[in-house]
Amino acid sequence: MNKILNFIEGIGSTFRKKMARLGAGTRLFFLVLIYSGDSFKRIHLTIREIYFTGVLSLIIIVVSAFFVGMVLGLQGYYTLEKYGSSEAIGVLVALALVRELGPVVTALLFAGRAGTAITAEIGLMKATEQLSAMEVMAVSPVARIIAPRFWAGMISMPILATIFSMVGILGGYFIAVLVIGVDEGSFWSQMQANVDFSNDIVDGAIKSIVFGFACTIIALFEGFDAPPTAEGVSRATTRTVVISSLAVLGLDFILTSFMFV
Amino acid sequence: MERAKLDIWVGIFVILGIAAMFGLATKVGNLTSNSIKETYQVFANFENIGGLKPRAAVKAAGVVVGRVDSIVFDTEAYHAVVKIKVDTRYIFPKDTFANIYTAGLLGEQYIGLEAGGDLENLEDGDLITQTQDAVVLEKLISQFLYNKAAEED
Repeated sequence: MNKILNFIEGIGSTFRKKMARLGAGTRLFFLVLIYSGDSFKRIHLTIREIYFTGVLSLIIIVVSAFFVGMVLGLQGYYTLEKYGSSEAIGVLVALALVRELGPVVTALLFAGRAGTAITAEIGLMKATEQLSAMEVMAVSPVARIIAPRFWAGMISMPILATIFSMVGILGGYFIAVLVIGVDEGSFWSQMQANVDFSNDIVDGAIKSIVFGFACTIIALFEGFDAPPTAEGVSRATTRTVVISSLAVLGLDFILTSFMFV
Repeated sequence: MERAKLDIWVGIFVILGIAAMFGLATKVGNLTSNSIKETYQVFANFENIGGLKPRAAVKAAGVVVGRVDSIVFDTEAYHAVVKIKVDTRYIFPKDTFANIYTAGLLGEQYIGLEAGGDLENLEDGDLITQTQDAVVLEKLISQFLYNKAAEED
């Protein structure tokens, strides 16, 4: 009897803790919104963070986008060639990148490259009591540390995803047209005939904004909530990657089922 | 790092993003080729629209002159009413034919307009009276089999 009660109690306490963390995360988000004014008034704080989250992620984004585009071009060509429609390779590469791979792969890389950095930085600031020192000086850490990073992530992520899609398409172009020798005119014209701006490109951009929000707020919250020890910070960093990746993939499924019916 | 240098890098980053968006919109998407702005509406009734969808192309001699705006089913006459938006640059005579064609063997369906010889032109809200339905493959096959069977008798 006691065992059953303990089991049920275990479920209850796990659920309560998860809910409490979700609530704390939501509370952090609203605090960020309240203090956002400061991060725009002192715009150099946000610009500095855009440099660290966006500009420094550019290389990994561009390189992986080019390779993803090349692989798509190569694999797509082998299959499409069997049906004698290798000119449709442009459509395949463009739609796959603009709708799905662009936002999703960018978000996964973003979580790994920028999200972990944010978590580790904020976690260490907390562990070394820099955040407490700010509070003592009557400087709100949310306004000075969290809000600029939040807006930097929200701004960087859609830009990175757009660059990813464009570079990936260039990678597909490189393989399909320059290496394999698909006709260049039909490559672009079929793409233009089948990729719709308001349906495909704008929906992809909306996805990237949602993913940017999810990755950034998860990274910020994990850092802000990390136990102020070396182990706590390392665990929080791991959790950032795991939760961000799962959130991105889950949100992608939900958004896709709403957008592309 | 000093602030001016940071600003330059972030500026380059934002410009790259805008350039990529511009490239996606013009080179990959159909924002430029889809520059139909001012349109007039005409209606066409079809017994069967096959796989025609809203936003499908309306072509005349292969040139895109408009788009399908909406398709509704008329419960009184039991046919499909297709609302077409045609670019105001293109004018068509009143006895224009509207046919549903298929692009390629298995491609998307579109409406092809073939101009007639009437002196008056189609105006906003007019109805195209002469239409030809989409080809339904099953009907075609059954017709073929029927003819074959008739020949053998």
